[in-house]
Amino acid sequence: MAKTALQFRHNGRDVAIFVDGGVNLLLALRELIGDMTPKFGCGQGGCGACSVLIDGELHLSCLTLAETVAGRSVETLESMKDGPNLHPLQRAFADNFAAQCGYCTPGMLMAAKALLDRNPQPSRAEVVEAISGNICRCTGYEPIINAVLAASASRARA
Amino acid sequence: MPVTVKTFASTSEVAAALSSDRSARYLGGGTLVMRALNEGDISIATIVRAADTTLTRIDASSSRVVIGAGVTFARILAERDLAFLHAPARSIGGPAVRNMGTVGGNLFAPVPYGDFTVALLALDAVVSVHGGLGVRDIAIEEFLQSRERHGGTLVLSVSCARPASADAFRYRKIARIKPKGGSIITLAAHLPSGGGRINGARIALGSMAPVPIRAKAAERALDGRSLDGTAISAAAAAVTEGISPADNALASGWYRREIAGVHLRRLLSGQE
Ligand SMILES: Cc1cc2nc3c(=O)[nH]c(=O)nc-3n(C[C@H](O)[C@H](O)[C@H](O)COP(=O)(O)OP(=O)(O)OC[C@H]3O[C@@H](n4cnc5c(N)ncnc54)[C@H](O)[C@@H]3O)c2cc1C
Ligand code: FES
Ligand code: FES
Repeated sequence: MAKTALQFRHNGRDVAIFVDGGVNLLLALRELIGDMTPKFGCGQGGCGACSVLIDGELHLSCLTLAETVAGRSVETLESMKDGPNLHPLQRAFADNFAAQCGYCTPGMLMAAKALLDRNPQPSRAEVVEAISGNICRCTGYEPIINAVLAASASRARA
Repeated sequence: MPVTVKTFASTSEVAAALSSDRSARYLGGGTLVMRALNEGDISIATIVRAADTTLTRIDASSSRVVIGAGVTFARILAERDLAFLHAPARSIGGPAVRNMGTVGGNLFAPVPYGDFTVALLALDAVVSVHGGLGVRDIAIEEFLQSRERHGGTLVLSVSCARPASADAFRYRKIARIKPKGGSIITLAAHLPSGGGRINGARIALGSMAPVPIRAKAAERALDGRSLDGTAISAAAAAVTEGISPADNALASGWYRREIAGVHLRRLLSGQE
């Protein structure tokens, strides 16, 4: 079957790939672009490990038909990379022991970024709601919630 | 297995593509279609998409509200004029699912999903569909009862009258996992009233049958009465009449029947 040409912005950079019909964005990002930061957990929308931002909105890349992002902007955890400097959210996750095995962390960070980008001073309940589509099997969530609140507080101080 | 993806500019082209090919599936937000593809569902050979923006239109300016089938739950939550639909929209998935999932897709979502559709059923919504024979409006109850047959049609929009007051429309979803989880039972009640008496009560239930259904015995127990303790008790006692919910991983049918009256009582009496 013929492949389809697909162009979109990936972390601020224009990319062009050829995809098979029906391929999801997670697979396209990992296998065709080589961005390994979104994780495959379930492929069913249940875990949130594959979360990315599409035009600034939180989406599950495993449930996104790759072709639907044509001409749009896709942001993954890789966009937080800045040489040796940690993004304030990454720093807060490290300081608050919010990552143990780390498998959920890329999705959690994207969900947290989606929240703070539109609501820089969220309440605890808003943080809980924002990460409610992301499963963590290690931390019990409290350290993650504390980390997001700490990142928000450090932003307010800066 | 790769599938063919076809994108059409107009809804009539989409409707024609769907009605002429049984293996074609319309892609709304994709939260269920992509799940099926990821699981290797070989019944889907073609994915059909619409570039037509009429599907994502909301008209909430008058007493009759029209919501395009492609409108997401996040958009409903952002619309102040749709406040009466915020509780059902908020009860769905996590934020990413609400950014992706659409009102049209919810009409086809199997148990334990379809929460928004429960609200639309209580509101006597009308579903506008484009099938092989053109566009027609179908009452949502009829649409749901014959849902299998609508597989080859395109839903364009849903519409309903705005409830007279915030108190006249109530919604509640019971789930084990909070704040997000599949429904054990979902309840919506529309209680139009005149002269202190309920007239045309609608009680809709989700996860109590393969598609959202009305609890007609409970509706009859409320009609012509004021919403007092006696009427509420009568409705709660009648809510499962003629209804036999199935067992699933979230709850047994027996448990669903046991709790339906409890939650209807709480919903009608305004208790948390
Ligand atoms: C993690 C997770 C949590 C979820 N939680 C909930 C929940 O709490 N409550 C709930 O109700 N649902 C839930 N869902 C299910 C689903 O996201 C919603 O039901 C959503 O509304 C489906 O819409 P969609 O646009 O994504 O559907 P799609 O996947 O695009 O489509 C679903 C079906 O509807 C058909 N369809 C879609 N739009 C149209 C149209 N306009 N005309 C004709 N046919 C159409 C498709 O062909 C397909 O058969 C959840 C899903 C996931 C993955
Ligand atoms: S891999 Fe996408 S939600 Fe689990
Ligand atoms: S840190 Fe292991 S799943 Fe969250």
